[in-house]
Amino acid sequence: MRPFDLQRPDSLEHARNLSTGETATLIAGGTNLLDLMKLQVEVPERVVAIDRLGMNEIQATEDGGLRIGALVTNTATANDARIRSDYPVLARAILAGATQQLRNRATTGGNLCQRTRCYYFTNIDQPCNKREPGSGCGAIEGIARLHGVLGTSSSCIATYPGDMAVAMSALDATVEIVSADGSERSVPVRDFHLLPGDTPWRDNVLETGEIITAVTLPALVEGKQLYRKVRERSSYAFALVSVAAIIAMEGDTIARADLAFGGLAHKPWYDPRLSDLLVGKAPDAALFDSAADLLLENAQGYGENDFKIPLARRTLAAVLAEATETEL
Amino acid sequence: MPDTITINGTDHTLPSDPRVSLLDFLRHDLGLSGTKKGCDHGQCGACTVIVNGMRINSCLTLAALHDGDDVTTIEGLGTPENPSALQAAFVEHDGYQCGYCTPGQICSATAMLDEIKAGFASDASESLDGEMEASADEIRERMSGNLCRCGAYANIVAAIRDVASQGETA
Repeated sequence: MRPFDLQRPDSLEHARNLSTGETATLIAGGTNLLDLMKLQVEVPERVVAIDRLGMNEIQATEDGGLRIGALVTNTATANDARIRSDYPVLARAILAGATQQLRNRATTGGNLCQRTRCYYFTNIDQPCNKREPGSGCGAIEGIARLHGVLGTSSSCIATYPGDMAVAMSALDATVEIVSADGSERSVPVRDFHLLPGDTPWRDNVLETGEIITAVTLPALVEGKQLYRKVRERSSYAFALVSVAAIIAMEGDTIARADLAFGGLAHKPWYDPRLSDLLVGKAPDAALFDSAADLLLENAQGYGENDFKIPLARRTLAAVLAEATETEL
Repeated sequence: MPDTITINGTDHTLPSDPRVSLLDFLRHDLGLSGTKKGCDHGQCGACTVIVNGMRINSCLTLAALHDGDDVTTIEGLGTPENPSALQAAFVEHDGYQCGYCTPGQICSATAMLDEIKAGFASDASESLDGEMEASADEIRERMSGNLCRCGAYANIVAAIRDVASQGETA
């Protein structure tokens, strides 16, 4: 690990002042950052520890939702009684990710900011436009099993690796952010992560000096909540495809269908057209097929990850069938 | 800023170099070599220790950020003469071959049995609520952060189930 200065502010205001500047990096749980610092993928000159800033409570909001502080651990969120009962898709998504040791350290804000597990990004001997802009993308014509099939670019086909944010995207949660000058803004989780485009080094909308303070969940929604994750082994593996779903029925027709996907893109994938297509219709195999057609109409495989396209189709159908109690 | 950390009941001064991981601090600075370095990237779990009651990968955390914390390592769980229930069960069931992953397995399992008692759910849990069982499926899921390259998993699960059925965690 390269030498760095470690600073540990005891107030958010102090942290904001310290976190300005390109060479400063925030550390919370550190499970992703320290891994990348050992690999010299991340080489910060200053590390600002924000673990003493509070922001570690889950509180009810005025409109019936929950506000999860940025430093609440994944373990605390997944085991919160309100999350378990009202937002089981979020608890399930978190529990499907990483290991208990990692979830005990991983924080809400850090999990949103975790970086891709693309093998070219994490190996400094390889070309990677995300790590070293202009060096090229090794994955496009290389080993691309974990990589994206939706929203990729000629610069980068990396995927966002997390599970938590996929559930938050389906739930339409909001990220609360404070900037260095103290001004605050809110960004829907659905808009927080970016597609790679020609600036793949930008994972998300955070500007230099900005700090995530919380994620807010909207008031409890009706319907069945499911998180299904397909992976190479049954535990401790990143998603090849995952689906977070909130599905409500009204009589024989679908009344609500909020779906988000992991493992397919540089961000948790949310396509509002799926809800428009599904709502008001009676569930059956043909409808699920049309939903998959729409989801995957612009999908592009890169050889090794071609399988993700039919896998996403089948996983979507399986989740919709389970949620609507439809026989396939 | 206080700069002490409690390890197995003894206070120690934290290192001045911020790069030192909790794992390297335990092994190199304090000579507590029971905790093992496997991958050094949070993938194998050999470095698992218990900090303030929670199991974590000591390789992925900076020692300097643990002032005031209370750490338990394998050396703090028991001794050859007076082993913990899990230590004795691992011996009884041959829960290892080379033994390198064993301290991490036992620290992890010690905290894991407390988590089950506290009602923590896992990906293998049918329901998110209610009492959690130390079934074989639950143990495999909850212990997935501890790899054993010798493949002694069947005996590791047997050792943990044995202790869980005794209702003991330490």
